[in-house]
Amino acid sequence: MTTAAATNGHVIQTRALTKRYGELRAVDAVNLEVRAGDVYGFLGANGSGKTTTVRMLLGLVLPTSGEAEVLGMPMPAARRTVLPRIGSLVEGPAAYPHLSASTNLGLLDATGSDRSRGPERRVKIGNALEQVGLDPADRRPVRTYSQGMRQRLGLAAALMRRPTLLILDEPSNGLDPQGIQEIRRLLLQLNAEGTTIFLSSHLLAEIEQMCTHVGVLRDGRLILQEELETILRPTGLVAVRTPDIDRCTALLGETVASVEGDQLLVRANDPARLNAYLVGEDVRVEEIGPYRRSLEKIVLEAEART
Amino acid sequence: MIVVELIKMICRPRTWLIIGMLVALPTLVAILLSVTDLGPRPGTGPPFLSAVLSDGTLFPLAALGVVLPLLLPIAVAVLGGDAIAGESQTGTLRYLLVRPVGRTHLLLAKLVTVVAFVLLAVLVVAAVSYAEGRLLLGRAPATGTVSLSGSTLTQQELSWRTALALGYVIISMLSVAAVALFFSTLTRSAIGAALGTIGVLVTSTVLLGLDAAAALHPFLPTRYWLAFVDLFRDPILWRDVVRGLVVQLGYLTVFTLAAWANFGTKDIDD
Repeated sequence: MTTAAATNGHVIQTRALTKRYGELRAVDAVNLEVRAGDVYGFLGANGSGKTTTVRMLLGLVLPTSGEAEVLGMPMPAARRTVLPRIGSLVEGPAAYPHLSASTNLGLLDATGSDRSRGPERRVKIGNALEQVGLDPADRRPVRTYSQGMRQRLGLAAALMRRPTLLILDEPSNGLDPQGIQEIRRLLLQLNAEGTTIFLSSHLLAEIEQMCTHVGVLRDGRLILQEELETILRPTGLVAVRTPDIDRCTALLGETVASVEGDQLLVRANDPARLNAYLVGEDVRVEEIGPYRRSLEKIVLEAEART
Repeated sequence: MIVVELIKMICRPRTWLIIGMLVALPTLVAILLSVTDLGPRPGTGPPFLSAVLSDGTLFPLAALGVVLPLLLPIAVAVLGGDAIAGESQTGTLRYLLVRPVGRTHLLLAKLVTVVAFVLLAVLVVAAVSYAEGRLLLGRAPATGTVSLSGSTLTQQELSWRTALALGYVIISMLSVAAVALFFSTLTRSAIGAALGTIGVLVTSTVLLGLDAAAALHPFLPTRYWLAFVDLFRDPILWRDVVRGLVVQLGYLTVFTLAAWANFGTKDIDD
């Protein structure tokens, strides 16, 4: 089963995946590439087509054209073999409100062909609930749960079957800052143990802190797909903030790449040497350091190009 | 999957609330009858009701006759309408489908669950009304039960005829369930699907009272619902029962296939 995935290392691969609703191209010729072991951040504003893409990967929505391969097998054709190995959270968690968290998980487990038996199931459910910080002994109906607890329950449902791939749509929705951190730690730990994670979000910071790869969707088109390290690698520029802009520009001449307010971007490899030089020339330096582009800037640039 | 759906149905307070409603109506009727001793004249009113004052053992059938025209179909419409649309409303549908549960499989499980509900409801109504008939209404003549045609039925005959009647009621309700299930795959609103189904039944009943629609009568879903009464004539009057079965199976097939065709390729984007 894993052979196809192993040969090219792709856990998710789509070719010109397209979904049209009438005239509207909700998802337009998207070529996703997610490799085993990645934490892939799928970025896009609300309504950019993220959720539709996720639904197509899971076989909930049928593509108008194009192909999707998940775990090396075509979706939705191979959903019976593919889906049991995927844990997912699609557009918010859902549970039967009149039942407790563990009853909900028990029912969900029992519906699959890979269901587990009595005691084994209890252990599985208990572990999943503990993993996300819920109390397995809690008998209260889910109706009484807060948004954050529901989100945790949704994650527990995704984790329960020990998936090789997690597809999570906005996993930190409704969580408080501490909860976000807990869940992030949990996901990174799972990733370290070999789980590939595909998470969609509209929060740049979340992606920047967790992901190894990033894909950016805008109006249904994938406008950027890159390794995060490549995007954020040093640019060979040094950012200098100084009140003496003019003197500084005159001094450095050709090596100044750009001036923006009181900040200069200078082509230089060693900020320390540049600093010593400027201070030696009596230029007051407020701030100096290697210039890294923020993900936000990169996304904005990519959006401007399209 | 079917087992899970059954458990979900049994564990749902709503199921028992509806059954309670179904039991309440015949109970009210039994009390009124026993207090006033005023049965409908023979040949009028709900079937069997005129007979139960002298023979309480017939009350389960009378109770079914009371529930069948209105309450039971509404209950089935509510449950069937909730089947897919309800899961869609709570958002659990997408998690069932990525579990994965096959779509056809899910539809079948839902249909079976509605049948199980009808069975459960009919049995509870029959059991409770049997007790009520025994306690509140007339004692059966020692010679055996009198059929609608005046002859006497042995206990054995009465048993298998009752079983047939139950089967007939269940098949009638199954076609209602199929219609409800179809509407349930069309909309995200469980109430909408239930109302749509009730709308179909009301339309059918209205047309039945309209002579101008006489040509349509044999094809209306509610036309032969009460034909189970004919099973208690001597000899059994099969004509309407058989026609009723054909009509119900027709509705069942058409609407189940329509539900399947619609749901099988539907984009789940709730």
